[in-house]
This record gives sequence, C-alpha cells and structure tokens, in this order.
Amino acid sequence: METIISIKPFLAVLISLAITPILVSSRAPNVREAWTFVAAAIKFLIVLSMLPTILKGTEIVYTVAEFLPGAAIKFRVDALGMLFALVSSSLWIITSAYSIGYMRGLKEHSQTRYFCFFAFALSATIGVAFSANLLTLYLFYEMLSLATYPLVTHHQDKEARSSGRKYLLYIVGASIGFALPAMLISYNLAGTLEFGKQGFLAGTGPKPLMAILLIMFIFGFAKAAIMPLHSWLPAAMVAPTPVSALLHAVAVVKVGVFSVVRVLTGVFGVKLLLDFNLGTVVCYIAAFTIITASLIALSQDGLKRRLAFSTIGQLSYIVLGVALLSPKGMIGGMTHIAMHAFGKITLFFCAGAIFVATGKKNISEMVGIGKRMPVTMIAFFIGSLSVIGLPPTGGFFSKWYLALGTLQADNWPMLVVLLGSSLLNAAYFLPIVYKAFFCTEEESMFENKIEEAPSWCVVSLVMTAIGSIVLFFYPTLFLNLASLAIGK
Amino acid sequence: MNQQLPALLIIAPFLSALIISIAGWVNKRLCFPIAVVGLSIAAWSSVGLLLRVLDEGLVLYRLGGWDPPMGIAYYVDHLNGLVLTVVSVVALLNLIASKKTIEQDFPEKIGPFYTLYVLMVTGLLGIVVTGDAFNLYVLLEIAALTGYGLLAMGEDRAPLATLNYLYMGTIGACFYLLGVGYLYVVTGSLNMVDIARILPALYQSKAVLAAFMICMIGVWLKMAFFPLHAWLPNAYTYAPSAASSLIAPLVTKVMIYVMIRLILTVFTPKYVFSTLTVSEPIVWLAVIAIVMGAIFALSERNLKKMLTYVIIAEVGYMVGGAWLGNRAGMTGAILHIANDALMTLCVFLVVGNIVYKVKGYAFEDLKGLFRKMPFTMGAFVIGALSIIGVPPTCGFFSKWYLISGAIQAGHYGFMVALLFSSLVNVVLFFRVIEIAYYEPFAEHHGHNSLPEQMAEAPLMMLVPLLIVAAGLVLVGMYTSDIVNHIIQFAIPKGLV
Repeated sequence: METIISIKPFLAVLISLAITPILVSSRAPNVREAWTFVAAAIKFLIVLSMLPTILKGTEIVYTVAEFLPGAAIKFRVDALGMLFALVSSSLWIITSAYSIGYMRGLKEHSQTRYFCFFAFALSATIGVAFSANLLTLYLFYEMLSLATYPLVTHHQDKEARSSGRKYLLYIVGASIGFALPAMLISYNLAGTLEFGKQGFLAGTGPKPLMAILLIMFIFGFAKAAIMPLHSWLPAAMVAPTPVSALLHAVAVVKVGVFSVVRVLTGVFGVKLLLDFNLGTVVCYIAAFTIITASLIALSQDGLKRRLAFSTIGQLSYIVLGVALLSPKGMIGGMTHIAMHAFGKITLFFCAGAIFVATGKKNISEMVGIGKRMPVTMIAFFIGSLSVIGLPPTGGFFSKWYLALGTLQADNWPMLVVLLGSSLLNAAYFLPIVYKAFFCTEEESMFENKIEEAPSWCVVSLVMTAIGSIVLFFYPTLFLNLASLAIGK
Repeated sequence: MNQQLPALLIIAPFLSALIISIAGWVNKRLCFPIAVVGLSIAAWSSVGLLLRVLDEGLVLYRLGGWDPPMGIAYYVDHLNGLVLTVVSVVALLNLIASKKTIEQDFPEKIGPFYTLYVLMVTGLLGIVVTGDAFNLYVLLEIAALTGYGLLAMGEDRAPLATLNYLYMGTIGACFYLLGVGYLYVVTGSLNMVDIARILPALYQSKAVLAAFMICMIGVWLKMAFFPLHAWLPNAYTYAPSAASSLIAPLVTKVMIYVMIRLILTVFTPKYVFSTLTVSEPIVWLAVIAIVMGAIFALSERNLKKMLTYVIIAEVGYMVGGAWLGNRAGMTGAILHIANDALMTLCVFLVVGNIVYKVKGYAFEDLKGLFRKMPFTMGAFVIGALSIIGVPPTCGFFSKWYLISGAIQAGHYGFMVALLFSSLVNVVLFFRVIEIAYYEPFAEHHGHNSLPEQMAEAPLMMLVPLLIVAAGLVLVGMYTSDIVNHIIQFAIPKGLV
C-alpha cells in the first residue's frame, strides 16, 4: 500500500478549531455565521481534495507528535475514514444553514457558544475519521463527548441537566470504564495501537481474552448506542434540533459505530474474528438492539424520541453488517454510514422545522400537518423511505448489500432480522406521513394555509432530501470507498 | 557561575527571605518584588541545572568544598533535576498569581507571609537537592515549620487544623529521623550514596529493615498516605488561598520524591522489591487510599475540601505506582509528580480566584460562575479534565503509565482502582461544573434570564492561571520527550 505524507488531514481537523476565537470575538451574528460557513467550506474542500488520492488506493499519513512508543498522535486517511469524513463535513455545511434558521427562529440564547462548540465537535469528528491508531481515536472521541455536552444541555434547565448527566455518565463512563482499559491491555499485548489491515491483536492471546476485549471495546464506545448502553440517545434529544440532527444522527453516533467498525477491522481484523468465531457474538448483540429499538420506536409519541430509537436500530445495522464479516455485508454496513446519515438528518430537520413553525413535538398532534407544511412533509417522506430502505433513495443500496451479506455469510437468522426490522421501520414512519396528508377536515389539526418554517430550514431539508435521492442514482462513490476499505 | 548553580538555587531564596523580613518593616511594597527576584533566580538555576544534567549526567556539588561523607553533598540527577524545576516553577507562578489575594486577605502581614513563603520554598528545594539523609531531615523541618505558619494564617478554624497537622507532621519527621538514626548506627554514614554503597552487605539485617520501614512510615505520614491522611483536609481547606495553592501542589509531591529517592538510591530497587516482600500489601494500601480518597471527596459539598480529598487519592496513585516494582509504574509515579503538581496548582488557583471574587468556596457559592468568571472556569475545566485523565492533558499520560505498570505487574486491583477514581473524578468535577453552569435556573430555556455581568479576577491572577492551564496540555503533548530524556535516566537500569 502506497502512502503519502501530507499535512492535509491535520488541517482538516484544525480548521474548525481555528475559527473558534473568531466566532467568540465577532460581535455581529452575520459575521459569525459567515465564518462558520467559511470554515465548513474549507473543511469540505480539504477533505474533497484528498478524495482522488484515496480512490487510487493510496493512503495519506501525517504524524503530529509521538506521545508513547507505538502510539503517536497520527492521522491516516484511508477509504473508510474518507467515507465518514465526506459525509460529516458535507452535512456540516447544510446543518450550519439550518442552525441559523432554527436558532434565530426560536430566538435561542448563547448562540455564540452554540456555534463554537459545534465547530469544536466537527474538529473532533474529523479527527476520529482520520485517526491512524487507537490512541488518537480515543483522544478525539473524548474530545467529541466533551464538546457536545454544552450543545446537548443548551437550554440549561433542569431537564437539560439531568439529560446531560445521563449523556456524560453513559458515554464518558463507558469509555473510561471499558474502552480505556481495553486499549491499555491491547497495547501491553501487542506493543502498538496502530490500526492494521488485518488488525494488530492477531496471535497475541487466547480466545476468552479476545472475546472479553471485544466486548469491552464494543460497549466502551457507547456512542454506538448498542443496547443496553443506548438510553443516553433518547435523553439527549433535549438538545436543540440541529444538534440532534447533525450530532445524533451523523457525527456523534456515527463516531461510535465508526470506532466499533475500526476496532473490528483494524484492531482485531477479519481473520482473527473468523478464526475465533467472534463475529457471531457481535451479530446477535446488534440484532437484539435492532429489533428491540424498532419495537420501542413504535410506541413513542414524541417525534424526536421516535427518531432517536430509530437511530439506535439503524446504528446496529452498521455494526451487524461489518460483524457479518462477509465482503458484501461489510460494504453494506459501511455505506449505511452515509446512506442513513442523509436520510436521518432529513427527518430531524423536518422535526425541527415543524417545531419552529408550529411548536409541536408530538406525533399525535401532527394530523393534517401535510397541508400546512407540504414541502417539509414530502422531505420527511423521502427521508423515511431512505431509512426503511426503499427505492428511489440511497438507503435501498445499503440495505440491499446488507441482505446480500447475510446470504454470503450463510446467516439466515440475520436476514430475517433485517427484513423484519424493515417492516417495523415502515410501521413507525409511514403512518406519520399518511396522517399528515390524508385526513378528513374534522381530523385535521391545522388550518388549510401553507405556512412553512423559515427558509433557511426549508432549503436545508430539501437539500438533504434531494441528497438521499441522488444517492440512489449515484451510489458508486460510497460503494467504491467501502470496497476499497475492505481491500476488494 | 554554572558550577555554583546548586548553591545559588538554595542561597538566592534563602537570602531573599531574610531581606524580605527586613524590608517588611521598611516598606511592605518591597516584599513582593524581592520574593519574585529570589524565586526567579531559583527557577532559573533549577532549569539550568536540569539542562546540565541532561547534558552531562549527574551533577555533584560539595557544599563549602567539604568532601562527603563528612561534608554535605548535593547530588542532582535526572530525578531531582525534574522535581526541582517543578517545585521552583510552581512556587514562582503561584507567587505571582497570589499577590492580590495576599493583599486582600491580610494586608498588615505581607512581610511575614512572604518571608515564610520564600523560606518554605527554600526548604522544599533543599529537600530535593540534598544528598545527605540528615540534612534532608533539617530541611524537612524548615519546610514544615514555615508551612505551619502559612497555613495557620487562614480562617478561624485554621489554627486548630494546623495544630493537628503540626502534631502529625512532627511525629512523621521524628519517624524519619529515627529511621535515619538506625541507618547511621548500622552504616556509620549519612550520605545517601555512601549508605547505598555500604548497605548491600547488610541487607539481611533486621536493623536495616527497621530503618527502612520507619523511614517509610514517617514519609507516608508527611505525604498523607491513607490511613495517615487525617490531618490534611482541614489544614489545607481553612488555609489562606495563597498558602494552600503553594502547599497543596508541592508538599505531598516532594514527599513522594523523598520516598522514591529512598527506594531508588538509598535502599536500591533490588532490596526494596526483591529482598523485601512488602510491595504487594503496600500497593493494596494504595488501592484503599485511592478508593477512600474518592469516596470522601464524593461526600463533600465544598469545593476546596473536595479537592483536598482528591489529593489524598492522587497520593495513592503515586505510592501505588512506585511500589508496583516495575519500570512503567515508576515512570508513571515520577511523571505524576510533575503532572499532579501542575494540575493541583491549576485547580487551587481557580479556588483562589473564586474566593477572591465570591468570598466563598462552598458549592452554593459557585452558582452562575461560568457567566461571571468564564476564563477562570475554563481553566478549571482543563484542570478537571487533567485530573480525570482525558487526553491530551498531562493527567492522561501519567495514568497511562500507571495502568500499564499495573497490567505488567498483574496487579489488576490497582488498575481497577485507578479507573474507579477516574470515574469518580468525572462525577466530582461535573457536579461542580453543573452548579456553575446551570444554576441559578432560568425561567424558561434561559430566554428570560438576563446575562449576569462578567466579573473576572484581575489579570495578575488570571494570566498565571491560564499559563498553568495551557501548561497542562503542553506537558501532555511533550510526554514522550519528558519520559525519554529525563525519567528514563532517573530510574536505575536494573528495574525493568
């Protein structure tokens, strides 16, 4: 594998960090937001500029400082990291636009703090995507947990405080309690933390030890919201909606699954997992989460809470796909990072737009809303299709590959899980759309007058919805990156 | 000039202490600049010494030109070169940061306070630089007696708390002296290197064992190693801000240094970890210290007192790390001396700033501080992250080495204790952060609340604090350099 040394990945991480002083010092909100866009655009362009190199099969490496022998602060851009960085940096631009509409629409307080920590969180996200070893990944993972805390608790009321507590307790608690010792034990076993093509733990210990380490890692990265460490995610829905959208559908939770995927492929390696038959264990944990989360989602009336439980289920699709350890399954899991991101962010944007325009949070209060906010609800419909996995949306491809992956791995129970949960997905999303448009005059809770959310919001959610459709017609980029990532 | 650095290190602060005591009678405003000059020279010489050690290895200095074992010799190697730098830099930063609080707290006692302050730093530097076991006792008492004076200047309850400390500290020093007496009886020498040369023939002697254990108990008492810790929380809590932010970061750490010096140089790791079979129970004692420190800290509703229990837990980290008996653990313990001194300084300076503006340090006094004092609280967050052990702050890296040491020694109890303490620290510090961030609660979503006016501490206090906070991250970033160029040589090759 050819490698190039370049500072670009480090710059991509730093750029949003570098603008925080400017954000703090700018007096006029318009100037502040302009800088956010500048940073978001530069970040996206830096990431994009590395894409051709990565698609050629070359990797980009940059070492910042060697902390410990075999464990430096080091960046390596590979296909998997590129896939994730592309998704999060492109969606940051759109979310910034949406944030302006949402935060100004609701006249939220402390907007400067909000935009600063948002930028901070994006730095950490890209840092995780480009980490070359477990130590760097852990560093940015923790940085993300802390940077998102003020965002989740933005309202600073009692409810925010208790949710913030839960958030920290689960995420930081699990990472210090499980991931940190697992990392140290791995380091003492292997003498390195550098992600390898076939992992670095191969041949260092017996099966029981490896199984324990695997479990510690999977639950240690609690941002992946694998049950039973999932309940921080619904609690974190007290955050302003743009935060839920970008962080709890894209950045934070995907950092969690990304870390788990990295651990499976780069720390343990497919061969080791196959030899010890450890993939199956992870599959069953993920399958349990998928089904349970989907069932819980059915009964949620709060729209954001329903979306949160849907996210928990969808995250485990990614884990499941990679844990199948069959090439098609792994491609499906990895592309699902991108496909689910576009679908779910659209749904969150819609939930936020409804809240800004009408103040409604519960599904039972949204009967007939399609007549008042048709654009938003059509986007919602497209987002739901993508999450369910139906054409013409990108979600279809990842689900398709996941299903093929179960066949390739000869794992019939998982195929049943996938199909069953797709039905459940349809069951908890489509009635919302149906009731929004098709209801009698008496049932409708809204006047028959079109009144959408602020245009910043509407434009953003239309863009992500279109994105989901575009991904159906042009999925090759993400499929190629995923194939490269598994070395095919 | 370069040759005289070890003497200058002690004489400069010592003389400036004398001058300050006279200057205090003439004009109180002269005290602060003289103290700054004295401690700056000390800091400059300790950095110079460290650089010399890095360059040429061990630096030997005969005080007054007398040869050891008769005369007093100063040995500076990588271990005390590092600790000297930490002590002098921390003392200097705190001196500058505390000027305002001293003026606020006791304007009429400025002269005596600075005299004691500088004299105490002289004592601490002397403890670290000396290569003579008895001389160390003398300097220990100098540092302790001045320390009692500084601590007792605090609130109403300070004198009683300090008296308690005085009793316990004196007993500790006596134990140490008794141990040195035993050593002198069996070896006829007080010079550390000399003792180390004579001892191997006597390793089976019960008297040597007694000497070692008695010395250790004395040192543990002085460093507040659980269960010998009871004097510390009150003494440090009720002390004036300027004194507690000097003593809390340094005294316990210097005593850890003395313990490590006794283990590594005087008795040698071979004797301590191989001939004796006490390391296992001592590490378990450290485990208990860590857990109990964490639990006591949880029960406090008062920021400063909570931090004193965190110190007790941190002492457990270092004692445990040193007694794991392997290279990683010892590296972690030595690294943690430097790191813990910095992070304790950071959080105690924060308390100083809060007391300066709010006149209190109970949890209720912290409400709304993120609005009022954003920079101070920012530094607090960094200090807290370092104590919790979040990369890239320095606290993460010493914890890394300590846990690695525990894994290599197969001592999983110690590993679990360290992780437990990290988790408890998350609770401890975020509890404080929550109060400062959320309370007083706004009417609805914070919309109606008028933002409180910013009321930051003066720049004189803020700048040193922010330097320390930035230092926590910088030291973390340069961990591998500190370990590869300094600590690696501080540990004898025999210890793997």
